Amino acid sequence: MNKQSNTYTVIYIFVMVVVVGAALALTSLALKPRQQQNIDADKMKQILAAALIEPQKGQIVDTYNDCVTSTFVVNAEGERIDGVDAFTVNVAEQSKLSADSRELPVFEVRTADGATKYILPVYGAGLWGPIWGYVAFNADGATIYGAYFAHQGETPGLGAEIEKPAFSSQFEGKTVFKDGRFKPIAVVKTGQKPLDGEDYVDGISGGTITSKGVGSMLDNCLSPYKAFLKSLNNSNN
Amino acid sequence: MAEKIKNRDAFFNPFSKNNPVVVQVLGICSVLAVTAKLEPAIVMGISVIAVLAFANVIISLLRNTIPTNIRIIVQLVVVAGLVVIVDQLLKAFAYDASKQLSVFIGLIITNCILMGRLEAFAMGNKPWPSFLDGVGNGIGYTIILVIVGFFRELLGSGTLLGYQVFPQSFYDAGYVNNGLMILPPMALIVVACIIWVQRSVNKDLQED
Repeated sequence: MNKQSNTYTVIYIFVMVVVVGAALALTSLALKPRQQQNIDADKMKQILAAALIEPQKGQIVDTYNDCVTSTFVVNAEGERIDGVDAFTVNVAEQSKLSADSRELPVFEVRTADGATKYILPVYGAGLWGPIWGYVAFNADGATIYGAYFAHQGETPGLGAEIEKPAFSSQFEGKTVFKDGRFKPIAVVKTGQKPLDGEDYVDGISGGTITSKGVGSMLDNCLSPYKAFLKSLNNSNN
Repeated sequence: MAEKIKNRDAFFNPFSKNNPVVVQVLGICSVLAVTAKLEPAIVMGISVIAVLAFANVIISLLRNTIPTNIRIIVQLVVVAGLVVIVDQLLKAFAYDASKQLSVFIGLIITNCILMGRLEAFAMGNKPWPSFLDGVGNGIGYTIILVIVGFFRELLGSGTLLGYQVFPQSFYDAGYVNNGLMILPPMALIVVACIIWVQRSVNKDLQED
């Protein structure tokens, strides 16, 4: 058969695409469960990182199961929603809904010294792509115990610094209730202060848009938890 | 092919005399991107060896059936397929490394070394020599990646494969990690130094 003919070329391409496609589909199917395990373990690691727990290599799932005492989903009124698994709630999608129709996951963690912390997921936009994180609250529902932030592709050395402890550790001890009013932490330029007396952290020099992204992410994702945090606050006073 | 290339040469030449990075200056962008730490450099090197060796064998097996006017497309499809498989394998078995490498595994497809070897070697040689050529070139690429990664991680972070190398007493005495080594320009400068050393050793590579 003439190898340069159009018929040969078309058939050749067709067969090749089918073979390659089948091979890829097969690989993807075969490896899916393992990949999902890795993704879940990574998420658990991030949740634990917010509560300042660093699991040892290969023991992420065990540590998570030990530390996380319960997970539940609340609505904007602070009432629990039944039948939804907090771990599988897609925070990225939820953060785009209006505040009162969101499903809000809460991870309850017991730290080594027996204290209870509540970890809330946040999700927003940086300069180049999504940023996300987890914020751990003390049992009083007002002060932040720890925070963890991550990003997909912020500028290395600038916006990407939000994932470093140097940035996230600033959040420790900050409070979201000031004079009885709910104000999620502001991220401001180094040396400045928010006008309304809100608790604040220093943003990253040169990473202004990412820093602002963190600020609005906290506003957008923590505000719906107001009722929940308030109920924690009241039950502890 | 007019001249018959010996298997030995196909395998060993790319290590130094015909190294894809420092002599042919191919695949430079991935050298910039993945060598800030040693571990991703090694994983990237192994991935390129695997993709290059298998792509070379597959293309070499098909070489007499490929219609010439679509040969580049065929090569690309084979390479892309293999790269996706490697990416999936890494996500399943080396998740942390795959997170660090992120898009760069996908960009192996555009690594000029691959297209170069497929077009220049695999299209005209039998599978076994093609396999050796692929592994050889992959190792040649990996050697450079590892050397660059070694210096950048050692001087930039004071660690190797994540283990602290310089003791704390160095830092107490005023030693500071060189932050410039982490940034991409230093990868080019280290590559340039390797080229310099290599040309001074191999006089026949020097150009007038």
